[in-house]
Amino acid sequence: MNTIEVIKNWIDKESEVLDLGCGDGEILNILSKEWGSTVLGVEINQDDINKCIQSGLNVIHQNIDEGLENFSDNSFDIVIMSQTIQVLKEPKKALQEVTRIGNESIVTIPNFGYWTTRINLLLSGKMPVTGTLPSSWHDTDNIHLCTIKDFENLCSECEIDVIEKCFFNKFGKESVLAKVAPNLFATTAMYKISK
Amino acid sequence: MSDSIGKVQAQKVTLEGKFELECGQSFNDIELVYETYGALNADATNAILICHALSGNHHAAGKYGNEEKPGWWDSLIGPGKAVDTNKFFVVCPNNIGGCHGSLGPSSINHDTGDYYGPDFPIITVRDWVNSQAKLSDSLGIEKWHAVMGGSLGGMQALEWSYLFPKRIKKAGIIAAAPKLSAQNIAFNEVARQAILNDPDFEGGRYLDKSKYPKQGLKLARMVGHITYLSEEAMRSKFGRELKKEKLNFGYDAEFEIESYLRYQGDVFSESFDANTYLLMTKILDYFDPASNFEGKLVNAFESIEAQLLVVSFSTDWRFAPERSKEIVNALIKAKKNVSYLEIDSPHGHDSFLFANEDYVKGLSAFLEN
Repeated sequence: MNTIEVIKNWIDKESEVLDLGCGDGEILNILSKEWGSTVLGVEINQDDINKCIQSGLNVIHQNIDEGLENFSDNSFDIVIMSQTIQVLKEPKKALQEVTRIGNESIVTIPNFGYWTTRINLLLSGKMPVTGTLPSSWHDTDNIHLCTIKDFENLCSECEIDVIEKCFFNKFGKESVLAKVAPNLFATTAMYKISK
Repeated sequence: MSDSIGKVQAQKVTLEGKFELECGQSFNDIELVYETYGALNADATNAILICHALSGNHHAAGKYGNEEKPGWWDSLIGPGKAVDTNKFFVVCPNNIGGCHGSLGPSSINHDTGDYYGPDFPIITVRDWVNSQAKLSDSLGIEKWHAVMGGSLGGMQALEWSYLFPKRIKKAGIIAAAPKLSAQNIAFNEVARQAILNDPDFEGGRYLDKSKYPKQGLKLARMVGHITYLSEEAMRSKFGRELKKEKLNFGYDAEFEIESYLRYQGDVFSESFDANTYLLMTKILDYFDPASNFEGKLVNAFESIEAQLLVVSFSTDWRFAPERSKEIVNALIKAKKNVSYLEIDSPHGHDSFLFANEDYVKGLSAFLEN
């Protein structure tokens, strides 16, 4: 399965879904059309916002780093934060906010512990530039990268329960290797969490 | 390709029957002038209502004959523009209380044979929306594809969304606020005092006495105009530029900004009615949809069915982005279909009049999705 299939598996049909950092609305579009979800996106990039509006999605222009106080506790069934937490100034606070707003949340992270990343750093002595992390250290938006181990440690530190997890290889698919040794062989990890 | 709508003409309609106002008074008939652009489709589903702001009128786009300047929202309304007249039938009325042909303080009161003047009742945003609904009936429009406006016009679009939830598919609420702040009311009060204290105001009966409180209205507009521009826009447009090479040690307009404000005040005071200006500021001050719901905006929004787009501008300090966010956050809490755009623009409150690229893209995406 790919990420969107797993997300659909993890959430009930017709749920209310908030996607923080929704990009051009790819996930929300699918959930709204195929899963009957009531959706709302939060995004900061103007072009992406307009793409969401064009697709008829509800989207709020908001900088997540400036806070999410405008969303009430448990006001959404599901809060999604996909490939976003690593670009935020305060990932820990964001994680706490995500679990406050959603009854359950789905967070996806790029895994810095992936074997090519490790070898890249070990052999070249330079910050890794890979398929999933294509930018150089000085112009990447990813200011808070972590490994699968780091993320799970943060969850337990924040007393956040991991309900489900799923690991994907570089093709965005689940694989045996990624399942057996995720911190080494998964490029992306997805968690269903709640507090 | 975006182009001008070309030559346009105003129309006039008498909406017959008793028209009750929120203040308790009523009119027997109301006359409205309006303009339309584009063509209404067979099932009347492509109509967009444009609501004007404090000093606006029904002339939103195109030109009259040899007129130099086009209508006030020509940058956004026309063939291929954000509000595309190739696709939509656009209607813009002059609101009651106005001074460009619709029933207002400078109209004759048929009961007395005199100008209404200061006896014209205080109108509210709700009264306007009710009159616009009567206009919709007369045009055969059961449901607007969209109702939209900037500033006070945005407040009307918002009022439409909860007052007539079945008659509006989309609402565009641009550079607006859910109510005026103390600072907003303060600026309005300075404007009113300027007019009321002009010796030629004559208690509002200046038309009967063939006088006109030009100085008062000019001053009111000068104050208002400052609040429409951003500090940044004023600095880059005028800075401390002098009209002459050196200081004159006197009280004539020496700085460019002084002469600009005086000019704007002069032009405005020659084309606007002082009683209408007073009335418009009052309409703004009174707007407060939450007041009927124990101050809870989210409850005021309960009935909304439309899809809403709220737009604010980064340098607007009259109705700053935070004020738009109050509307947005209440709509999110009320679980309504809302999108919010914050546009980076240097033009302050007036930004809503400019065809900024992101703004145009957002608006047309919203109207056409």
